[in-house]
Amino acid sequence: MIELENVSHSYGGGELLSGISLRLAPGSFYFLTGPSGAGKTTFLKLCYAELLPSAGHVRLFNADLRGMDRDTVARTRRRIGVVHQDCQFLDHLPLRENLSLPLLAAGRDAQAEAANLQELLNWVGLRAQAEALPPQLSGGERQRAALARAVIMDPDVILADEPTGNVDWEMSLRILQLLVELNRMGKTILIATHDLNLIRAAKAQVAARVLRIKDRHLHLAGADL
Amino acid sequence: MRALTRIVAVLAAEPEASRVVPPTGFTARLTIFSSAAMAFLAVFAMALSLASGRLADRWGDALARTATVRISAPEGQMEAQADAVLAVLRTTPGVATARLIPDDEQRALLEPWFGPGLPVETLPLPRLVELTETPDGMDAEALRLRLAGEAPGAVLDDHTRWRRPLVRAAGRLRMLGWLSIGLIGATMAAMITLSANAALAANARVIKVLRLVGARDVFIARAFVRRFTRRALEGAAIGTLAGMVAVALLPRADTAGGFLTGLGFQGADWLWPLVLPPLAAGVAFWATRWAALRVLRGIT
Repeated sequence: MIELENVSHSYGGGELLSGISLRLAPGSFYFLTGPSGAGKTTFLKLCYAELLPSAGHVRLFNADLRGMDRDTVARTRRRIGVVHQDCQFLDHLPLRENLSLPLLAAGRDAQAEAANLQELLNWVGLRAQAEALPPQLSGGERQRAALARAVIMDPDVILADEPTGNVDWEMSLRILQLLVELNRMGKTILIATHDLNLIRAAKAQVAARVLRIKDRHLHLAGADL
Repeated sequence: MRALTRIVAVLAAEPEASRVVPPTGFTARLTIFSSAAMAFLAVFAMALSLASGRLADRWGDALARTATVRISAPEGQMEAQADAVLAVLRTTPGVATARLIPDDEQRALLEPWFGPGLPVETLPLPRLVELTETPDGMDAEALRLRLAGEAPGAVLDDHTRWRRPLVRAAGRLRMLGWLSIGLIGATMAAMITLSANAALAANARVIKVLRLVGARDVFIARAFVRRFTRRALEGAAIGTLAGMVAVALLPRADTAGGFLTGLGFQGADWLWPLVLPPLAAGVAFWATRWAALRVLRGIT
């Protein structure tokens, strides 16, 4: 699925990540934690091919990232749902069209998928906001919408970068609940967060593994979490 | 044909695909305006080129097989000299026809310079004999010698002295016209490339989001290409129409006095400017596609 082998990444002359190896097991639930600036977002970017490693190998669905052409990278990204902290919407398009973007990009008929889209909007509780523009949505609504867009292509893996960073605790739990549901459907989940309470809340529901980036290296967190 | 099919396919693509790029008023207006202006200029360059071509052909054809004999003689000898010249010409191999230009025709020839109502009869003007050659042509030097012997006041002008530079000039003018159209096309491509680059830079975030959701470069490029191709097509159509109207409103040759004779389109030539809008769309298609794919290669 997603495999990192002895991966290092340098930025601006300094090494941000060093010697990282990890293989995401299908259907697993992971948290990635660490202090701000530790490299959590960089780690996720390596996982969905926005960055190339300075050293080591990243394999996505058994294909080495370095050997992929741009079209293959694009097709591979359709199998990875990504939820960004800032959601990354097109502000001039209503929510319904924003959620349909991956379908459109994949050449699928958004009209034919209207029922699935409606179901997805119901699932994240945004049916009434389908025609709203992204700037008209609250932080929690935007995060749920980003999650809906991440899963519309039925990806194998969902990567979420601080998905609860801009919402209150109640909304955080709601978003977590959605991610747990996805994991129960067999999706592999990796959430980058610095919110330890969220990790604790998740561990009460699923067998989540917690990874920590410390001093440029990846560690499996102990029972302190 | 394949390229044309691709352009039509892009234009006919789903509107949703081009909606991913937000509307940008400035680049839209700039592209439409520059396309319209370039098409307008191209219509004039085309008119100039076609008119020059016609002029070159006409001068070439008309003057290649004609010559003039000018008779200057004291009063009283003019008729005799004219008869002698005509007699010589009738028996000259290679001369198909020869005729003495009558007074009213001579008056019409001089009218553009001296105005109407010129009393030709009272002026000491030479008489002119117009002759046409057979396809095999005549021996001009031999004819000159015969005229010198039998009509000493007659001078043969076979037009070659001034015909060649005129035909050459008209030919060069025609080439300049086509060169101008080429330069206009290149300028238009440059302008559209700049506009496309500006639009791509302004929409960096849109491109990033599209790449994030798995859009291939061709999908993203197509959204921009479609928009710029349509704008160029619309602008060029407006400019071409305006140019054709302007050419149609140019003073006609007979009222303008003849110098700008035939500048414009004649008959089926009016169909030529209609090539410009699809040509502009083609230029926009390739310029935008090239610019978009080049920019996208720099974005992960």
